[in-house]
Amino acid sequence: MHDQLHSRVNDFAIKLANVNGTGSASANGLLMQAIFRMGIPVSGKNLFPSNIQGLPTWYEIRVNKDGHTARALDYDLMVAMNAQTYARDIGEVRSGGYVLYDSSWPLDRALYREDVNFLPVPLAQMCNEHFKDPRERTLMKNIAYAGSLVATLDIDMPLVEQLLDERFAGKKALRESNRRALRLGYDYAKQQFECPLNFHLEKMDANGDKILIDGNTATALGCIYAGATVAAWYPITPATSVMDAFKQFCEKYRRDPETAENNYVILQAEDELAAIGMVIGASWNGARAFTSTAGPGISLMNELLGLAYYTEIPAVVIDVQRVGPSTGMPTRTQQADLIECAYASHGDTKHILLFPANPAECFEFAIRSFDLAERFQTPVIMLSDLDIGMNDWVVPGLAWDDSYRPDRGRVLGPTELEQLTRYNRYSGEDEDHVAPRTLPGVDPRGAYVARGSGHNKFGGYTETPSEYQEVMDRLARKQKAAANFVPLPEIDRRSEARFGVITIGGCEPAVLEALDLLADRDIPADYMRVRGFPFHKSVEAFLYEHEFCFVVEQNRDAQLRSLLILETCVPKDRVRSVLVYGGFPLSARHVVDGIMHQLEK
Amino acid sequence: MPSIVKPVVTHPSLQRNQLGLTLRDYEGSMSTLCAGCGHDSITAAIVRALWEVSIEPHMLAKMSGIGCSSKTPAYFAHGAHGFNSAHGRMPPIATGANAANRELTYIGVSGDGDSLSIGLGHLCHAIRRNVKMVYIIENNGVYGLTKGQFSASADTGSKSKRGEANEMSPIDPVMLALSIGATFVARSFSGDKDQLVPILRAALAHRGFALIDVISPCVTFNDHTGSTKSYLYTRQHELKATEVDFVPPEKEILATIAQNGITSVTMHDGSVVQFKSVPADYDPADRQKATAYLMAQQSKGVIVTGLLFVDESVSDLHEMNRTSHVPLSRIPYENLCPGSAALQELQEDFR
Repeated sequence: MHDQLHSRVNDFAIKLANVNGTGSASANGLLMQAIFRMGIPVSGKNLFPSNIQGLPTWYEIRVNKDGHTARALDYDLMVAMNAQTYARDIGEVRSGGYVLYDSSWPLDRALYREDVNFLPVPLAQMCNEHFKDPRERTLMKNIAYAGSLVATLDIDMPLVEQLLDERFAGKKALRESNRRALRLGYDYAKQQFECPLNFHLEKMDANGDKILIDGNTATALGCIYAGATVAAWYPITPATSVMDAFKQFCEKYRRDPETAENNYVILQAEDELAAIGMVIGASWNGARAFTSTAGPGISLMNELLGLAYYTEIPAVVIDVQRVGPSTGMPTRTQQADLIECAYASHGDTKHILLFPANPAECFEFAIRSFDLAERFQTPVIMLSDLDIGMNDWVVPGLAWDDSYRPDRGRVLGPTELEQLTRYNRYSGEDEDHVAPRTLPGVDPRGAYVARGSGHNKFGGYTETPSEYQEVMDRLARKQKAAANFVPLPEIDRRSEARFGVITIGGCEPAVLEALDLLADRDIPADYMRVRGFPFHKSVEAFLYEHEFCFVVEQNRDAQLRSLLILETCVPKDRVRSVLVYGGFPLSARHVVDGIMHQLEK
Repeated sequence: MPSIVKPVVTHPSLQRNQLGLTLRDYEGSMSTLCAGCGHDSITAAIVRALWEVSIEPHMLAKMSGIGCSSKTPAYFAHGAHGFNSAHGRMPPIATGANAANRELTYIGVSGDGDSLSIGLGHLCHAIRRNVKMVYIIENNGVYGLTKGQFSASADTGSKSKRGEANEMSPIDPVMLALSIGATFVARSFSGDKDQLVPILRAALAHRGFALIDVISPCVTFNDHTGSTKSYLYTRQHELKATEVDFVPPEKEILATIAQNGITSVTMHDGSVVQFKSVPADYDPADRQKATAYLMAQQSKGVIVTGLLFVDESVSDLHEMNRTSHVPLSRIPYENLCPGSAALQELQEDFR
């Protein structure tokens, strides 16, 4: 045995190196869920390729009793299941850590490291002896390594077996195979290694009411609870699972039990131009409608986002951001659509944006997106990202208030129209500068022609400068008014803070952990997470409270910083950047290093 | 609709339809198109057809994209909501609108630039979805608002006003629609209201997507010698393959149709389209035969008009989707939200 790590309970990270398409996701998800059920704070990050089968894929699990679940960069244990990436994977294990590998074939001597412990398990050999079907042999290797991890990390074995029973309820053969494979790996590890390892798990009670859910599922659920009935989309990674989940929920909740009729329509569009067009058409006609997409889709939607903005039609867009520009890296995460979304389309346009940080906020903000879109009669874009959308997060259980009713905004029906001498589409603004709309098919007195061409406050075509400007100026005031309705920033002040750290979306866990680490070094800092655009006045106030602030975000061009500079009066030199944009989820070390580097200058 | 401002008062002798409305109730604001534009004649035919079928104006939704043609929804049915959207994007917007409220009647007015170039993909997919709507292509072979460029429907050899010949092959919306499963395909000529009005009435009764390609000469940029979309050329080369009569859904009339050897098609709403003077080798219910006939005539330079193909057996978007008969936009929120108890139960799956 080599240098031992200090014994650690519920505080370590493991990485599983697999081959894409071999069924490893199931085993990795099983481990995650088991740890979650043991009541321990945990996170799982799937680092996968844009590929169906054959390329390397990784899964990282971090457990942390203090609840820090951002991506860790040091791995205590590597499960090396992909011979192609052995060198890189073994190289990533921290000194004194472990490598569990398939010893059915000998490991190249050159790959050995003196400072690392190797845990050879003959996974393929065992599975070949116990299973006949070639596909089953491949799949069961994964469950077998999960079994070895159950033994070495002291995961609750009866609990894992129970999970298998739940998963394969009604599929007896599958359940038996899985149980057998799990036991093979478990027994082997128990016999051959000193179990548990010096870092391992112990039951906690940190997950009380919490759930394990990915952001895309939570987003889809939000759309269901918001009452969305029309969804249009074009398949795109990493947003596809939003619509997959929406469809599943619709089949469960939106099919009339008596008539078997569907209270929803899902339209798989020919492209994103069409997807947003369908959303606009449905919203114009009074339905709650949305589309889910990623950056390339937003690029195509730019044209019609301007149409919806100018004709004042609600539209909800879910942007699950991925790495750009162009095709970029479709299976990697980034926050690089901020500016594109804020000002999407030609001409003077500005949109309402919401920035959830985790699946719980995806659920909540999806619902708020519809309320805001209808109240302000304009597009609302919710910017999630691949890390939030496709990874499982431990979040507080979702709550629902049955007294909630959608905010449909100002819509005139026959009774209201009766009282008007004449209805003019863009007149009669309220204190938020919103003019009432009418819906087709309700009353001929509410009829008007919505047009993307120049129009005056009566809704008529115009090319007269003053008439055109009158409408555009109201739109600007309306947009400004929305700042009081978007989610407020989350602010956490610490005593004697020297500066502020501002961040957005899924950076939250890494930044909060980094702030704790900085505080340990006697560098306290205040925290603000921006959650909506246009910015609430408290965002500007926070900027002015501090001599300087760091803005931590996942894009190259400091897009959040740019928006803060453009939309507030804060001087440029008071806002600094920490940028991490390689495509993997942020970790606290990136933030600490980025800040320290600049402080030490 | 008209190019001159008419007084608002209506003459008591004006005929009234079943709803007690006159033609004037189906008109819109004054046209801003060039005097003599074919599009204005089509607008007049639309007004006529809507009046004849006695549709409540506010139960109509007028959809368009961008171009001369797309301006025209403002010129008819002032009591209906309209959406003059973006270039080429009317089909998806109409699809979304239709998804939200299946009770309205949708009329889309587009042009050859809007539908056959920038929005070609959208048109094809609206056809595939069989969105229940009337879709009119006001086809003049030319871009009017940008002053006379060839469009995708310009025939090979057709000459521009400046004398340049188009060398590329045209996209024929009728042949295209037939090839991708369109369920209602017609072609007409803006100068022939007698033919166009019954076609429009049949289209309004169709179960799904009804495409009407209307040759509509552009008097300013494409009505010269050498153009194949001029009034003169169209009149000289038109062949009316079918003449149709539209019979509303009334049982007494239904009983009399089969008698005179007339081909007839019963529409989804029970109305009947009667085909008269159909050529011997033509069957408007047989996609293959219709296509072969049209190709043969096309190779001779003949512009075949009439209601060319109908299939009432194909489900529309909502039938395929098994959507609620109550329009989605009117379903009460209480019926859409699963509520807190369901949310608690569901979350057991996430633990």
